[in-house]
Amino acid sequence: MTALASRSARSTPGDTRRRLVVIGNGMAGARAVEEILARGGAVQHRITMFGDEPYGNYNRIMLSHVLSGEEDTGNIFLNSLAWYRENDITLHSGVRVERIDRFAKLVFSDDGRATPYDVLIIATGSRSHLPPMDGMYTPGGRLLPGIFAFRTIDDTTGMVSYAQQDHHHRAVVIGGGLLGLEAARGLQSHGIDVEVVHSGGHLMNAQMGPDGGAVLRRSVEALGIRVRTGSRTTAILGGGKVRGVQLRNEPDIECDMVVVAAGIRPNVEVAVTSGLPVERAIVVDDHMRVPDEDEIYAVGECVQHRGEVYGLVAPLWEQAAVLADHVTGADPSSVYLGSRTATKLKVAGVDVASMGLQAPERDTDEHVVFSEPSRGVFKSIVIRDSKIVGATLLGDSRKVAYLTQAFDRGLPLPEERVSLLFDLGGPGEEAGVAELDGDAQVCNCNGVSKQAIADTVKGGCTTLSGVMDATRAGKGCGSCKLLVRQVVEWAADGAVEEDPAAAYYVPGVPLEKVALMTAIREQGLRSVSAVFAALAPDGAEDAKSKMGLASLLKMMWAGEYIDERDARFVNDRVHANIQRDGTFSVVPQMKGGVTSPEQLRRIADVADKYNIPMVKLTGGQRIDLLGVPKEDLPKVWADLDMPSGYAYGKSFRTVKTCVGQDFCRFGTGDSTKLGIEIESRFQGIESPAKLKLAVSGCPRNCAESLVKDVGVVAVDGGRWEIYVGGAAGAHIRQGDLLATVDDPETVKLLAGRFMQYYRERANWLERTYSFVPRVGIEHLRAVIVDDAEGIAARLDEAMQRSVDSYADPWAERNDPLTHGQFRTSLPLEVLPKVPVR
Amino acid sequence: MSAGLTGDGLHVLGPVDQIPVGEGRAYGVAGEQIAVFRLRDGSLRAVSAVCPHQGGPIADGTIDRAVVMCPLHQHAFELETGCSTSGAGSLRSYHVFADGEQNIVLQLL
Repeated sequence: MTALASRSARSTPGDTRRRLVVIGNGMAGARAVEEILARGGAVQHRITMFGDEPYGNYNRIMLSHVLSGEEDTGNIFLNSLAWYRENDITLHSGVRVERIDRFAKLVFSDDGRATPYDVLIIATGSRSHLPPMDGMYTPGGRLLPGIFAFRTIDDTTGMVSYAQQDHHHRAVVIGGGLLGLEAARGLQSHGIDVEVVHSGGHLMNAQMGPDGGAVLRRSVEALGIRVRTGSRTTAILGGGKVRGVQLRNEPDIECDMVVVAAGIRPNVEVAVTSGLPVERAIVVDDHMRVPDEDEIYAVGECVQHRGEVYGLVAPLWEQAAVLADHVTGADPSSVYLGSRTATKLKVAGVDVASMGLQAPERDTDEHVVFSEPSRGVFKSIVIRDSKIVGATLLGDSRKVAYLTQAFDRGLPLPEERVSLLFDLGGPGEEAGVAELDGDAQVCNCNGVSKQAIADTVKGGCTTLSGVMDATRAGKGCGSCKLLVRQVVEWAADGAVEEDPAAAYYVPGVPLEKVALMTAIREQGLRSVSAVFAALAPDGAEDAKSKMGLASLLKMMWAGEYIDERDARFVNDRVHANIQRDGTFSVVPQMKGGVTSPEQLRRIADVADKYNIPMVKLTGGQRIDLLGVPKEDLPKVWADLDMPSGYAYGKSFRTVKTCVGQDFCRFGTGDSTKLGIEIESRFQGIESPAKLKLAVSGCPRNCAESLVKDVGVVAVDGGRWEIYVGGAAGAHIRQGDLLATVDDPETVKLLAGRFMQYYRERANWLERTYSFVPRVGIEHLRAVIVDDAEGIAARLDEAMQRSVDSYADPWAERNDPLTHGQFRTSLPLEVLPKVPVR
Repeated sequence: MSAGLTGDGLHVLGPVDQIPVGEGRAYGVAGEQIAVFRLRDGSLRAVSAVCPHQGGPIADGTIDRAVVMCPLHQHAFELETGCSTSGAGSLRSYHVFADGEQNIVLQLL
């Protein structure tokens, strides 16, 4: 009857909202309520919360900072009491709920109150586990003075005041996990001499294997914290207060205080007493609902979901969101499917990150390990089927952002596993993202700072492509894209949204490359406008997609392609490379870097006649005439009377060569001849990004073949090595050896087959240095050299069709294809003037 | 290109078909540099011809029905309003249409 009386007494007349009661006012309970409020839940629900600690809710993770004195207790509260008032939440703090009556829908609390509910959320969390030891309790049943758990604000402030008493100098921390090490470090800051006694074989054995544990031990001991592993505490010594601890088979340790950090246990008493299903913790389904109870939910560390109990914050955030979706009806399809947990922390001043497996489990698992105990650095990665399934990093967390992401999403891994552990070269990536200064330049092309990216993310833009569009970061040479992604993830605190468009071949057509090519072929789409009309949402054209589609269609249809000039970038409309002042640069073909006095004379005459401001040798062994106004292009080409060197397009460009065996005393093969043959064969071939090739006559590599998209090296015995995927531009990468072959004809065949495979499979603007590691050199060898997929003949034939459809674009000089093709677009006087040397 | 002047700030820039479909061309009109585009649906748009970012030639840009992208650094601008969608300053936009004889008519006020 008390219950009924209490119910009617609490009802506000006319308030028809459902009564939502939350047991637990910790991080999970409060987060669940925040998520419910964010979904407009206050309109539907009148909220009451119970918390047995006499406070609002606070960030438990910050307690180690409170212990060390870096943070004041007042600063770790997540929601102040005002928050409860503003959101019309009734908070009963310092009140413990003892029982739930599921049938009468009431909760009974230790202040004698019976509170009715329509919806109930259990968020009772967990508490410190105190393993049984002799001498722990006073005859009155209380903990012996000087023994502390490390879980709550009261625990922490109690420890601080005890540690600060003058006659207390030594502490033993029982437990060498995360919490134990934090406690040890925190106590040190109060001048306490600390020893950690850990029953496991090595420190942090839940997060890492023995080797990592050994490195961590060195780092911790270097801080002056003594460590014993494999030691079990059997008793606490002392009469009225702590005097020491007794260990099994080891001498006693004298001390003034003991901190027990031997793990946590879910708080399930209320659930057990009330007849709810409890195994290791309170059982919930994918909706965070207790089975067979329509109106009872549970969330956080007190919960067991699909057999898992989590003791970290990230899963709790995910659970709270799903719970709120169902409680408010915002998204009845929402499900929680478990979390992949990764921890990244500073433990006792040491960077620690751990995720997934600690060590290989199967014979086929790869294990990449680096250990440098003197610096306290240890890195271990477990790879299964080319995916990261576990990682441990100690003392160096620079690669954590990338590894966490690869672990979460199963990203493809680089061929060279060592680059998972270290940044090999790569400007700007030496420093960890979190440690970078705000004004550090992340994108060196467009001058975008870390702060600018972070501000954009804070402004609500949380997709990588969105941030790139808004800031232009990563839109120059693209070499910083990974770093941009890391900064976005750091700034979004892990809440990065995946942009589905990231997988599209071009942004304006929602298809990946293979599906796009299939649709184009099936529907016979031969022009860019036809592709937009048939495949883009609402048939809408998209400027950013035009160039990629034009390249793809030309590759697919060769001579049957319907060429629409507006689909081309201006370079491909006028067959020259636009420069910063709006003029163009003209590069005549010079196969294999070989020229003649006649050609040089003609180039010199043209340079004179048209007042070319600069004549320059390119890195690809050709001559560049810079500063040609658009309207002069046809006349310059006519006077040169040479074919285009394709220095402007996303296409095959040059073959760099050394002089080879005819002149060089070391040359073992005729690199010049082969270079000219390759350049003649593949001139003008479109590809997803530019292709730069080289042929070297001996392993001295004067033509730098190892850092080309396709590089060929003559080796002794008349044989030729073919390397693919090299780069020496925005990225530096040595190519992978594709094959060693006996004759130049096979070089041309395999190089062409590789290029065709790259043209068909690579993403738009994906250079070979990304493509080759992405698909893997073993796979490429199988397809291209061994014809494992039976497509070699088709690739060869497709390449031959493209070769056959070559026409020198500079022939357009006499008969412009569109009206005003070479008319100036320049308001010359306002452009930056390029200096004339 | 020179332009004939009629009343109300209207300038006739010559036949529409001097701009290929889907492309743009630059005109000097009364001392201003203006890029005129002919969309694939046949309609015309006009914006100032100089990119406010680093002076790029807007008429050489790539367009769709909504935006033009400067060829130098891919800044995008709405063809209707001249507003940048990529964080650059804005272009000025002009009223432009084709008259009965299929001549481009630009209004400069």
